[in-house]
Amino acid sequence: MSTFWRRPLDADRVRPPHGEVLILADRCKGCEFCVEFCPKDVLAMSKDFNRKGYHPPEVVKSGVCMACNLCETICPEFAIFTTTTPESPPAAALPAPVLEGVAP
Amino acid sequence: MTVEARPDYAETVEHPMTPFLRMDRIPHVWCPGCGIGTVVRCFASALEKSGIDLDKVSVVSGIGCAGRTAGYLKLDGFHTAHGRAIPFATGLKLGRPELTVTVLSGDGDLVGIGGNHFIHAARRNLDLLVVLINNFTYGMTGGQNGPTTPLSARSSTMPFGNFETPFNLPHLAASSGAPYVARWTSLHVRRLTWSIEEALERKGFRFIEVVAPCPVLYLRLNKLGDGVQRMRYYHDEAEIRNGADPGDAAIDFQGKILCGVFVDEERPTYQELMDEHYGNVLGDDYVPMPLEGGMLGGG
Ligand SMILES: Cc1ncc(C[n+]2csc(CCOP(=O)(O)OP(=O)(O)O)c2C)c(N)n1
Ligand code: SF4
Ligand code: SF4
Repeated sequence: MSTFWRRPLDADRVRPPHGEVLILADRCKGCEFCVEFCPKDVLAMSKDFNRKGYHPPEVVKSGVCMACNLCETICPEFAIFTTTTPESPPAAALPAPVLEGVAP
Repeated sequence: MTVEARPDYAETVEHPMTPFLRMDRIPHVWCPGCGIGTVVRCFASALEKSGIDLDKVSVVSGIGCAGRTAGYLKLDGFHTAHGRAIPFATGLKLGRPELTVTVLSGDGDLVGIGGNHFIHAARRNLDLLVVLINNFTYGMTGGQNGPTTPLSARSSTMPFGNFETPFNLPHLAASSGAPYVARWTSLHVRRLTWSIEEALERKGFRFIEVVAPCPVLYLRLNKLGDGVQRMRYYHDEAEIRNGADPGDAAIDFQGKILCGVFVDEERPTYQELMDEHYGNVLGDDYVPMPLEGGMLGGG
């Protein structure tokens, strides 16, 4: 029953957007806003240093970004953005999205 | 994936805000975790979504960290003297009525040294969109106490805690007559963008306060952690109540932050009142300022 509630009725037909995250690592100042607020936990702070000595984020869950653009909008440095890629599987093939907390 | 790891991307894909920003000046001066960059991004997004002709938009800032914003936006921008963004914007709007004139600056700038201009621009209902970035302190000059520092918060000039009552800015703007008054935090990126977009469609004195972190001064002096901890605090303590009484919007130290669109009304602007009044009194002898500006009085 709960799966009925949680899964959209048109999930087998509607393809959710699939995004690719692009990081301009040398622009990042390591504030962690993108990592903290990504609703799909796509990002983590990397151990690498950028040219300025900050740790930029890296993609740790590839394939789950839905191009919601939150990272892009919240980044104070214009250092991260997403592009939409067309080849997404139908939603039914993916785990139900878990959107916890705020949708700022 | 980093763009550096895919040089083909670096060449072909630009940050979506490139048309709105002076990318040659990026990276900007703001500290890690400072909220000002996020507000600039939301402001640029709102311009994009509104589809407004960028050649007809100008942005005016005063002095301070937040006062640097005008220099990063790819618009006609003016970096004026401290506290004087609103007077400059007033002249610009009255002299070139066709322009959408916006003011983007800090709390110390707009309601400290510039407080008098702020209340009178609201009272006269000048046709300006004012976005005020409130970090509760004078960031650029070293974290001094300002007109928005919450009671009991520490600042570099109040090391034993602030005993001055701060302004409740939405209340100040609304009671001075502003027809559009809103407050968000820099966490509310979507609502802030949407609110700026909405305010761009309104006329008169439109005021949006954005509460934003200053990690290196306000947060450090108060031992409140870094920018991301501040954003978590906004998440926990911001309460969105559109249409709430702005009188309820005072911010206590580490208290609740009431957000929303508090006032959204229509009231004739300064220019409309002036045109109507002189039209009535002087008849055909009155020549309103042409939209694109120019000399008054037909000669
Ligand atoms: C006439 C004048 N007085 C004082 C200063 C010093 N001053 C520069 S920025 C600033 C405060 C800015 O505070 P705010 O607007 O809150 O901006 P923030 O730096 O916090 O973003 C002051 C007092 C100045 N530049 N000019
Ligand atoms: S939000 Fe921007 S500056 Fe902050 S960690 Fe992410 S990419 Fe870096
Ligand atoms: S001093 Fe504060 S307000 Fe100024 S750039 Fe740094 S964090 Fe931002």
